Amino acid sequence: MDLQITLLLGQDGITNGAIYALLSLALVLVFTVTRVIFIPQGEFVAYGALTLASFQAGKTPGTLWLLAGAGILVALIDLKIALAAGARQRIARILLWNLGYPAAITVLIFLGKPEGWPLAAQVLLSLALVVPLGPMVYRLAFQPAAEASVLVLLIISVAVHLALVGLGLLFFGAEGSRTPSFSDAALQLGSITVSGQTLWVLGSSLLLIAALYQFFGRTIYGKALRATAINRTGARLMGISTVMAGKLSFLLAAAIGAFSGILIAPITTIYYDTGFLIGLKGFVAAIIGGLASYPVAAAGALLVGLLEAYSSFWASAFKEVIVFTLIIPVLLWRSLTTHHVEEEE
Amino acid sequence: MMAVSQRGALFAFLALLGAGPLLLPEFYVTLLNYIGLYAIVALGLVLLTGVGGLTSFGQAAFVGLGAYTTAYLTTASDLPAWLALVGGSPWLALALGLAGTAAVALLLGALTLRLSGHYLPLGTIAWGISLYFLFGNLEFIGGHTGITGIPALQLAGVEVKSGRAFYYLIWIALLALVWATHNLLDSRAGRAIRALKGGSLMAEAMGVDTARLKIEIFLIAALFACVSGWLYAHLQRFVNPTPFGLGVGIEYLFMAVIGGAASVWGALLGAGVITVLKQWLQDLLPKLLGSSGNFETIVFGVIMVLMLQRARDGLWPLLARLVPVKSGEGQRQAPQGEALPRRQMPAAGTLLLEVNGATKRFGGLVACNDMQLTVKAGEVLALIGPNGAGKSTMFNLISGVAPLTAGEIVFLGSRIDGLTARAIAQRGMSRSFQHVRLLPTMSVLENAAIGAHMRGSKGVVPAALHLERVEEGRLLAEAARQIERVGLEKQMFEQAGSLALGQQRILEIARALCADPCLLLLDEPAAGLRYLEKQALADLLRRLRAEGMGILLVEHDMDFVMGLADRVVVMEFGQRIAEGLPEEVQRDPAVLEAYLGGVE
Repeated sequence: MDLQITLLLGQDGITNGAIYALLSLALVLVFTVTRVIFIPQGEFVAYGALTLASFQAGKTPGTLWLLAGAGILVALIDLKIALAAGARQRIARILLWNLGYPAAITVLIFLGKPEGWPLAAQVLLSLALVVPLGPMVYRLAFQPAAEASVLVLLIISVAVHLALVGLGLLFFGAEGSRTPSFSDAALQLGSITVSGQTLWVLGSSLLLIAALYQFFGRTIYGKALRATAINRTGARLMGISTVMAGKLSFLLAAAIGAFSGILIAPITTIYYDTGFLIGLKGFVAAIIGGLASYPVAAAGALLVGLLEAYSSFWASAFKEVIVFTLIIPVLLWRSLTTHHVEEEE
Repeated sequence: MMAVSQRGALFAFLALLGAGPLLLPEFYVTLLNYIGLYAIVALGLVLLTGVGGLTSFGQAAFVGLGAYTTAYLTTASDLPAWLALVGGSPWLALALGLAGTAAVALLLGALTLRLSGHYLPLGTIAWGISLYFLFGNLEFIGGHTGITGIPALQLAGVEVKSGRAFYYLIWIALLALVWATHNLLDSRAGRAIRALKGGSLMAEAMGVDTARLKIEIFLIAALFACVSGWLYAHLQRFVNPTPFGLGVGIEYLFMAVIGGAASVWGALLGAGVITVLKQWLQDLLPKLLGSSGNFETIVFGVIMVLMLQRARDGLWPLLARLVPVKSGEGQRQAPQGEALPRRQMPAAGTLLLEVNGATKRFGGLVACNDMQLTVKAGEVLALIGPNGAGKSTMFNLISGVAPLTAGEIVFLGSRIDGLTARAIAQRGMSRSFQHVRLLPTMSVLENAAIGAHMRGSKGVVPAALHLERVEEGRLLAEAARQIERVGLEKQMFEQAGSLALGQQRILEIARALCADPCLLLLDEPAAGLRYLEKQALADLLRRLRAEGMGILLVEHDMDFVMGLADRVVVMEFGQRIAEGLPEEVQRDPAVLEAYLGGVE
């Protein structure tokens, strides 16, 4: 391995590591706020990328039907609850977000012909389509069991993952897709070329992380999420709705997932089930951070990315084995440094 | 409809199973073979998830380990020298597969089980993926193509080759494991496993080594999976990595959860339902949707979410309700058995417990500050004080639930601060909890018997084979004696969750007494009791005192305390503000001020 290859692999590793970092942040966010270990994160990665690819190919993405279907279900459930509680003032809002919004997106897609749009507009449309699925998934799958144990929530999470992967296959078929690069520019750094897309990935990741930092530190919603993460009951007593916190954290996680997918779709071919492995690597990083620390998770993500890049050179067939075995020393370290026995109430 | 007895239902089921291969076409025999294989794995998950409250998504990888071990060892012609001895024999391969599985399970368990509950499943996801990719990329086991030409099993000189012959092998193995698991759950070790779900705090206080127990049930589940894999390899006569991936591991968990993770029969039901449903959906969905693929996962995922939201106990309880099976014949008489050996009780007046300068800080909050107290054998010491005075913290410090910040605690002449709750319990201190910690679905008798855990020694293996019936009889008899002693004999076979709160507190005392303690720590035992029940409780505590028991009591009911206690210690804001005879304390100005407020 000469210097050239070392640098090239390092660049690969850091690019992937940046994506894993984003995903691990979303996972830590969802876990601390809702206690859900968000296995379906990876499906949002795939849905984001493949929805964009569908637009570019001039097809109507199947995720549109999922949005419409989930919207109808949520509307039916919430309407029933609102009517039973006599809360008529909620009806307009329920109809607007769960039926009106998907209808508007549908009209936009059928009349707007997005295949001719500029890339940035297509990206925005893809996000507008996929991201609302996050809170809808929370509403349908997790909210009815929000007080269950972490274990039950985890099994639900795995079940949702399974259903979404199956739907992904139905919507996008078994073939993979790649989308064009955001930019054809390239940066010459000494002997190596850094591609425009790599710069996009790194730049957007850093920007997103900074934005999240601001969001949690400066905004009332960010602080509400942090409060819920620290103490659910306490936050509730202060008037923070745990349902709102749950939906908001799922919204952010879906946005981060879908955008990550869109960022890497030009670098690697995305299949309907690719997201799962990508998401799990985010998990390895999140576990390095103990599912609690954002900075440690981000650093762990870079480590995972680099380990993956270099092992793909030395032992490409065993790359996944090596990455997932990394979890063993991490767990050992955590196990040795954790002293109290956790008591689930 | 006529009610059938449990035994009758079981015989009918066994007769149908035995006649199956003689009557059914080949297709259904094959289907039943697979259901049997899957049910073996799901059975392990019932123990792990349904009963023990842990979970694993990596069971398919353990199945793979069992299957690949035997496939490789019985087919390879160029085994390395150290393996050559075991080559060719499926039975030695089974032993080796089980050993390898045990090693992996112990490693994963040791790494994750000290952490919170979700690290084990996450660890098993990583393990499941890693092993799958490893199988697919190792040349010597055929990579993604796998291994063919696995020999048929030889049983007593006969080749078990046909599906129909294999059927009996699989189902006999499965039923044997069901029997063993059923036995295990109905034993000292089984009660401890069931106690895991109620949180480790109570189990540890009753002397259960919860960490070890968790590893044991994880190990059992992994070994069951390995056996299933071994059978699979010799039934199929060929293996490749596909059936051992993470997706299949998830399916196994679904079987256990959908079938009913709290019952051994749930595993069979779940394996049956999922296997048949999958078969049916794989035919139906591609026709319906117009393209091919594993679309059944969508349906499974949705069913799982709905089940976990609405019927977390799975299908088995629903099915059991449809078939009117008479439950539990016999078992209505208090169990009899030889009395267990008892501890040498210290003579009345011996110093049992001495707390010196005990201090506990939570960050800046001082919950207990420089507390002193002593308890002698044959005396009732009451610890009283307003809410938030630090009484329960004091209890937790003494019983080893929380570590001291400073000070020392001496019990029976040796220091116990720094010891685990379990070690302290073994020295003869037993406690009840302010917030009742019973297993609501277990009977009153079984709940009390958890307290006698330390007085038995038989572990998982003798329990599974029912070789510990003598000891078990003695433990249950002891539990029954203590239940009679506290006056709950009429409720002995009812579910603990159906008792009134006051009775549940009394049951906690019976459980604590089962441990044969010399010092009893009771946290608000009289709360929620009616007048006559309080009288009965006071009588019981007086009798225990007369037998030489030391009792440390936290209580708010002043009539109860003042009529019973020999001495009283009063706490306020983590400090001891008074100590003395009940009459003295009642006149103490500091105490009056703490309870009633000062007169300005």
